[in-house]
Amino acid sequence: MTSERVRVVRGWEWARPERPVRREVLAAVPEQDEAKPPLLFVPGFGHGAWAFAEHWLGHAAGRGFPAYAVSLRGHGGSEPAPEATLRAYTHDVVQVAASLPRQAVLVGHGAGARVVTHALARYPARAAVLVAPVLGGWATFGTALRRNPAGTLPAVFGAGLRLNRRQLFSRELPDADARRHVARLGRAGRRAQWQLLTGRQPEPAVGRPAMLVLGSPDDRILPATALTRAARRYASAPLLFPGMGHDLMLDARWREPIDAILDWLDKDPAPTSG
Amino acid sequence: MPSSTDTGRPDPAAAAAPGRDDRPVSDRGDTVCVIGAGASGLTAVKNLREAGFGVDCYERETGVGGAWNWRHDRSPVYASTHLISSRPFTQFPDFPMPDDWPDYPHHSQLLSYFERYADHFDLRQHVWFGTEVVRVEPVEGDRWDVTTRSTGGYGPERTSRYAAVVLANGHNWSPKLPRYEGLAEFRGEVMHASSYKDPAQLRGKRVLVVGAGNTGCDIAVEAAQQASHCWHSTRRGYWYAPKYVLGRPADQVNDTLLALRVPLRVRQWLYHWTLRLTVGDLTRFGLPKPDHRVYETHPIANSQLVYYVGHGEITPMPDVARFHDRSVELTDGRRIDPELVVFATGYLPRFEFMQGRVLGDEDGSGKPRLWLNAFSAGLPTLAVVGLVQPDSGIFTISHWQSVLFARLLTLRATRPERVAAFDRRVRAGLGERYSAKVKDSTRHWFEVGHADYLRALQKALHELEGDK
Repeated sequence: MTSERVRVVRGWEWARPERPVRREVLAAVPEQDEAKPPLLFVPGFGHGAWAFAEHWLGHAAGRGFPAYAVSLRGHGGSEPAPEATLRAYTHDVVQVAASLPRQAVLVGHGAGARVVTHALARYPARAAVLVAPVLGGWATFGTALRRNPAGTLPAVFGAGLRLNRRQLFSRELPDADARRHVARLGRAGRRAQWQLLTGRQPEPAVGRPAMLVLGSPDDRILPATALTRAARRYASAPLLFPGMGHDLMLDARWREPIDAILDWLDKDPAPTSG
Repeated sequence: MPSSTDTGRPDPAAAAAPGRDDRPVSDRGDTVCVIGAGASGLTAVKNLREAGFGVDCYERETGVGGAWNWRHDRSPVYASTHLISSRPFTQFPDFPMPDDWPDYPHHSQLLSYFERYADHFDLRQHVWFGTEVVRVEPVEGDRWDVTTRSTGGYGPERTSRYAAVVLANGHNWSPKLPRYEGLAEFRGEVMHASSYKDPAQLRGKRVLVVGAGNTGCDIAVEAAQQASHCWHSTRRGYWYAPKYVLGRPADQVNDTLLALRVPLRVRQWLYHWTLRLTVGDLTRFGLPKPDHRVYETHPIANSQLVYYVGHGEITPMPDVARFHDRSVELTDGRRIDPELVVFATGYLPRFEFMQGRVLGDEDGSGKPRLWLNAFSAGLPTLAVVGLVQPDSGIFTISHWQSVLFARLLTLRATRPERVAAFDRRVRAGLGERYSAKVKDSTRHWFEVGHADYLRALQKALHELEGDK
């Protein structure tokens, strides 16, 4: 997939810059600066920065990593943007990443991982982590259609993609929490949803970041085959957390995946070669 | 690939080999030397570090930002300097400026942008501030001896040997002053635009501004606001492009046409037509008729100049013929009596630390013979970064030049045949131009069209990479 070559000339992007918007960025910064790289969490479609503020931001800060989460435009506390495209979301991520004091690690969840792969072509991240990455494609669409036809089918005709509790969380998560989270879900832009299926593949990453892919084999949104394929494309094998739902950062055992990410970062992974 | 992660400082005691004239030379191994920590130097440091090279960067000033740092004595910026190209064209391609900044940021914002770039990528630890480069000499094995000392000539000189050198010393600091008969006898005040900092220098004076570059036009506009009278002398008629057309920054509209692959002739026609709709016929204001079509000289983006001419605050004048002790004679025979003459006549690139012939400048004209304005034949470990005068932002170009150079250095170890092919390409393309026909090419020999240039650079990058 990275057979596509480096693009220098981006006439359209220069000529038609993205509309600036007000973006919500939630942060948890450790009390003492331990010179660890900042993390920027990018939530998937429907989710906002709140999904990471629940557990992961505080936990990462507790382990010495300055942690930030952005709400893509139209999500969470960011400005509404019904016509947003994947490019607009990518712009949001790169803007926030470049505003951080040091070179950031991008952590994308769900479709946010797809946005991160686009952002990597426009910002040399320190490293990148794809959590339960929904990189798009028709297979993922087929799974969603099978598991949740009532929530998925309307999205084809431009309505919002509706996700249900069973898709997102394991049964271990208390019902009240699951309801609370689902109630907060928003929706992505109509065009961005379509681009997840039909949009252009990401350009090669700049700055050769080290990559980590993790997910759950019991994810009811992302088929296990798609997870393996994503891992092969960007890293080697995925780190697996069996028994968890798609929203690893909100599920009952949220601590395990974030600890795995931070352990990996503590080892200071070397950049990929050439 | 050489993956020197050594970020330590050169240690003269370590690996001291005798230099050419028995000076001790400290060998810095695979480390690359970057000269200058301005916009181009910073992006060279960043991209070389990203490719895994150790970097020593020498900066004669005490801060980053080069020309854009108004504290630097070589900085040409004045209080009101704003960008000429809009944000998307000006920022580094992998580190965008904040999108809540204006379309045309102020120079102080540019400085803060470069400082943030340096901090974000942790570049300052590789920069030796307050250190100027005295000599750069090629030695065998395609390596370079770089001799430095403290800025101002204090302290001893020291020489370090590097695997490669990036020249990023800028080209807007050595003023170009035209020779005029009688200038020495002229009693009024004379300054080059490089010493112009603040409109207070113009207040209440009769001012003559010479030159219609972007700086000359800016100063003429400020003189119109501050001075008691302003004459603006230009050699020819120019197209004064507004900074906005159709409600958008003009360069973005232009690149929309470029992206649509509208041919040059059509773009020229559209441009003339747009100007006709806005400022109209310039000769009606007493401005000379342009003797060329748009896109044929370096673009001048100034919405205010024509406005002030129309309000009588600027009197357009032809070229200066000669100076007398109290007056200035123009080519049409008119005489004016300015108290202050500002020469906005541009700058000349200079590599004072290097012998001209190294860069192929045999006749001492100050024009190195380069391909892509960056690479010299037979010197595979040398690159000049930022020696371009684009019709748009320069930092994007510097970024990709240094990316290309970093890739080239990486491939020297692994794929020497690709590097040899690249050198053949350099030889074949020396002195290539990257713009449509340019009117005064003797002056603007490093003028490039940003789209043409970047396309050529992209092709070079792809050829170097080959098929993976």
